[in-house]
Amino acid sequence: MTAQTAPVATDVAKKPKTKVVLSDRTKAERRLGWWLAGPAFVVMLAVTVYPILQAFFDSLYRYRLTAPDDKAFIGLNNYVVVLTDPVFWQALGVTLFITVVTVLVEVVLGFILALLMHRAVKSLRGTLRTVILVPYGIITVVSAFAWFYMFDITSGFVNSWFDWVPGISEDLNWFAHQGTSLAVIMASEIWKTTPFISLLLLAGLAQVPGELDEAAEVDGATWGQRLRRVTLPNMKAAIMVAVLFRALDAFRIFDNVFIMTNGANGTTVLSLLAYRTSIGRLEIGLGSAISVLLFLCVIGICFIAIKLFKVDLAGARGES
Amino acid sequence: MRGMSTRLKIGWVVIVIVVFTYTLFPVASIFATSFKLPGELNLGTFLPVHWTWDNYTQILGPDGSARDLFVPSLRNSIGISLIATAIAVVLATLAAYAIARLDFRGKRLILTTALGVSIFPVISIVTPLFNLWRQIGLYDTWLGLIIPYLSLTLPISIWTLAAFFRQIPWELEQAAQVDGATTWQAFRKAIVPLAAPGVFTTALIAFFIAWNDFVYGISLTSTSRARPVPAALAFFTGASQFEEPTGAISAAAVIVTIPVVILVLLFQRQIVSGLTQGAVKG
Repeated sequence: MTAQTAPVATDVAKKPKTKVVLSDRTKAERRLGWWLAGPAFVVMLAVTVYPILQAFFDSLYRYRLTAPDDKAFIGLNNYVVVLTDPVFWQALGVTLFITVVTVLVEVVLGFILALLMHRAVKSLRGTLRTVILVPYGIITVVSAFAWFYMFDITSGFVNSWFDWVPGISEDLNWFAHQGTSLAVIMASEIWKTTPFISLLLLAGLAQVPGELDEAAEVDGATWGQRLRRVTLPNMKAAIMVAVLFRALDAFRIFDNVFIMTNGANGTTVLSLLAYRTSIGRLEIGLGSAISVLLFLCVIGICFIAIKLFKVDLAGARGES
Repeated sequence: MRGMSTRLKIGWVVIVIVVFTYTLFPVASIFATSFKLPGELNLGTFLPVHWTWDNYTQILGPDGSARDLFVPSLRNSIGISLIATAIAVVLATLAAYAIARLDFRGKRLILTTALGVSIFPVISIVTPLFNLWRQIGLYDTWLGLIIPYLSLTLPISIWTLAAFFRQIPWELEQAAQVDGATTWQAFRKAIVPLAAPGVFTTALIAFFIAWNDFVYGISLTSTSRARPVPAALAFFTGASQFEEPTGAISAAAVIVTIPVVILVLLFQRQIVSGLTQGAVKG
């Protein structure tokens, strides 16, 4: 980290000229800073803050594209409609379920993969890293189709391969029931995103001081004890950041559900509900209300993570 | 692997096989499906009984039934993702340089904004964009996708590049300034060549993200004028009710997957460092 971060100095400079006179060099640097970073900043705001404000504004209107003349201000009525609709709560429940299960599995699986890469000899580490990165490069929609066709009752082979497993038979239609559909949807999601988590955790593992682990080993601690007492506490920050990022990502799940079931059999998630309401049925007012609620959920998850679990996003991302 | 006990060696071989199976099996599965004869899709086998290029001629051949759906979408995907990546990387390079190097008020604000934008639920801004794009004529155009794609590519580019730029030996820039170069010249002449690998890696990661998009693609387009590949794949499904387009979709999936997998294999070291530097590096 450079010693350039000096907010104190800039605060002083803000006060009347009597105290510090900025050199031309400092002023030029500051101006250049905003000239360089400004466009990116403005673009980021323009593509997110403006639309979400517009969504909030639209959510206060009765507004359908099929009947645009019917547009009228109805206050929070759209929110009442959405929040009293069991469909919304079911979608929220399914979304939360998918988020919790996938993140838990991914953290465990990702940690195992990270440990493997960490302990592998150098020649093997590169190979493992390369192959683990493959799912990351696959388009989510492609992953969804790959998993769908594996399990699909007509084109799949899973049923004939695993018909010895209780509950699986030739005529099990995975996409006709909520539980089995969600299982395949989550499998695809987990497969595709575990590499990312494992790489974050591998970077966290690399930051655990090796001496600590060795000292514990000398003192006779078992592998399990060292993992629990030394490794995990030392990479708590990395784990928390990985969990939060994945949780926020999983909460927005859309592609896998859209491709595999399109929300049939109780697999509708919040993103799909928002999509169907505004793009499918052209109910801009209602769709905007769901969009705003989804946005608030994400803010809520962030808030809980940062306040309750003290996840220091900026710190863990190298900013302090 | 020399010096390991035989048991340990066998253990690692098993581990490697398990990891390879985990990561490559779904890819192998759709690859195998793409070579199946349409009539033999329902046999329940993993490998095709008879290998065929039928599915590929269907999406690429001059008389292919799905050609008009696939080829334009491939062009759209490549063009839109490249432009969105280029814009994001140029803007992010300038911003990350300022953040890593210059002293100015608001750099924390910029980084926090980037973080906020990167966790933004995409679907939340689709509705207002859908409505606005229809009104101002950006619906179903390249520009109509490039603009929202910046919300995906720009934040990660800023974070990754800022992390990369911190590791550059900045004395070089000072040396250039001592020799009489302005700040801007020092940036261009001394730093850009050193920063190029980081910029390239960032571009690769940003491109993957744009290439992967589905929500914007399916919501903000309606024809092959701008529809990208992931969205087009979803439309293969609805083409006919009686004949499942399984083979054609699989072939198209393989075609869009191969270049990305090659890039991953070639640049795995850079991608890994880019992905993790922006995230955990202190």
